[in-house]
Amino acid sequence: MDGAADYKTPKGVGVIKLDVRRKVGRFTLEARYESSGDVTALFGPSGAGKTMLADMIAGLVRPDRGQINIAGETVFDSDKSINIRPEKRGVGYVFQEGRLFPHISVESNLCYGIARPGPGIEMKFADVVELLGLGPILKRMPHFLSGGERQRVAVGRALLSRPRLLLMDEPLASLDTARRSEILPFLESLRSQFSVPIVYVSHAMDEVARLADYLVLIDEGQVTASGPIGEVLGRLDLPGLGALADVGSILNLALETQIEEDSLSVLTLNGARLVVPALDLPIGTAVRVRVQARDVAIALVRPEKISTLNILAGTITAIEAEHPEKARHQQDVLIDVGAPLRARLTRKSVRDLGLKPGVEAFAVLKAVAVEQR
Amino acid sequence: MSPAEIDALMLSLRVAFWSTLWSLPLAMFVAWVLARRQFIGKTLVDALVHMPLVMPPVVMGFLLLMFLGRKGWIGAPLYDWFGVTIAFTWKGAAVASAVMAFPLMVRAIRLSLESMDQGLETAAQTLGAGPVRVFTSITLPLIFPGILTGLVLAFARSLGEFGATITFVSNIPGETRTLPLAIFSLLQTPGGDAAAIRLVAMSAAVAFLALVLSEWTAQRITKRLKGSA
Repeated sequence: MDGAADYKTPKGVGVIKLDVRRKVGRFTLEARYESSGDVTALFGPSGAGKTMLADMIAGLVRPDRGQINIAGETVFDSDKSINIRPEKRGVGYVFQEGRLFPHISVESNLCYGIARPGPGIEMKFADVVELLGLGPILKRMPHFLSGGERQRVAVGRALLSRPRLLLMDEPLASLDTARRSEILPFLESLRSQFSVPIVYVSHAMDEVARLADYLVLIDEGQVTASGPIGEVLGRLDLPGLGALADVGSILNLALETQIEEDSLSVLTLNGARLVVPALDLPIGTAVRVRVQARDVAIALVRPEKISTLNILAGTITAIEAEHPEKARHQQDVLIDVGAPLRARLTRKSVRDLGLKPGVEAFAVLKAVAVEQR
Repeated sequence: MSPAEIDALMLSLRVAFWSTLWSLPLAMFVAWVLARRQFIGKTLVDALVHMPLVMPPVVMGFLLLMFLGRKGWIGAPLYDWFGVTIAFTWKGAAVASAVMAFPLMVRAIRLSLESMDQGLETAAQTLGAGPVRVFTSITLPLIFPGILTGLVLAFARSLGEFGATITFVSNIPGETRTLPLAIFSLLQTPGGDAAAIRLVAMSAAVAFLALVLSEWTAQRITKRLKGSA
């Protein structure tokens, strides 16, 4: 899309600062964090309080006490009796079920928020329609849309209301796997082209790993960790992460060379080289990859005559402590190969190899297991 | 048809039309309050609204006479200050009909308010719409079928109103003698049976027409909501 750069907001505008508390029956939500990423993920199991937190940011639920600050403006402060109404907060909200207005066409749905635009940057109708591929369905009524189309319209509608912040509450949760993989690329291009700060609520690690650059972990109403996603995912002291089947590491590398004849690319990171399936990108491009912990093996000597292309020398930096939520046979270790890499091993292997912080070792990783995002 | 019969029909239509029209805004307000607000004494208000449904119509007519009669608590000042008389006029018949039909209208509108997805109103709010725009652009169109049902029920109830009307405004030819009252009068008169049957057919036809018309409109709206238009 031409002129996409026009839609970039300066870095740091998306800062959310909040410190809130609300008690409902026996459930207490107590959250305090500050995020600065383009995409902040509120991640946690169902019932952790993620949606309630999103509703507080949008002004739909009132905290018992606390403050919420969006991009420098205080939208809620119980001490100063500030509570800006939802329609004046400029927070676009994409609901899990889409919530399209059934009595008006897709086009009218998209235009609903244009009448009273928010404080964000203006986005051209045509650009949003093109990005989300809505052209062919503009004249249709919501009733006739597929689940995926519905969510795309909901995203477009929220974007066109000129929000300074876009909240997405599990926008893919009601879709099947095929539909999800149909929409994820749209969300990624949204992220790269419009840079409206996004708060993405989810309990699916794969979505979060693909989209987010700032991660807020929530469990039972408490924020257990928050920070840049690579940092948080590299922590072994968070039971919420240790219990996840698909937890992994996020590595930020640069594209060094292409191996045309083998359809492979080489990425570098602090001297370490990572071979991955070919990426159709210019040399020098920053690339973010995700490596699942269960795809990483550890060796004490450099393995030879092995099919695996990536053998990275490093030092073990941390071993996961035992905790009740973790499967008893598993243990995660962290190996620094230039960046922290999480490896999920059996408890037996950790013991047999005598792995402990400070031990020199090699991380073994198949090229085909590396996911680009 | 005799002029008196035509008079009765036209009067009935006029009374039903005005009583329905005037009670609509109040019914919508009461329905909204009962559907959306929580307050102390809600059960009491709810019961009060439903009273005309369970009380004998004659009692309602008598109560109206007490309040709105020329010597009534509200009727007296109304006459003294504005020279307005309600009792024993066609306006009184409209008031009696409105009171009797009110619970039906409130019920229909309240039901549609309660069954509509309030999340849509919230969504509109997050898109920058204030309370008025949310109501006119989202709530109103979505509960329209319920409003229509309420209107038809109230209109039909007005056409059939007898007890409260005859008690409150009596049975004055050309002024308060609506179709049911005219039928009743004819049945009291020797040889009036044939005319009575004509009027019975007429009121049945009007009620039937109203039902068909509303059903047709409701179907068109539902179709449009489902998007085939």
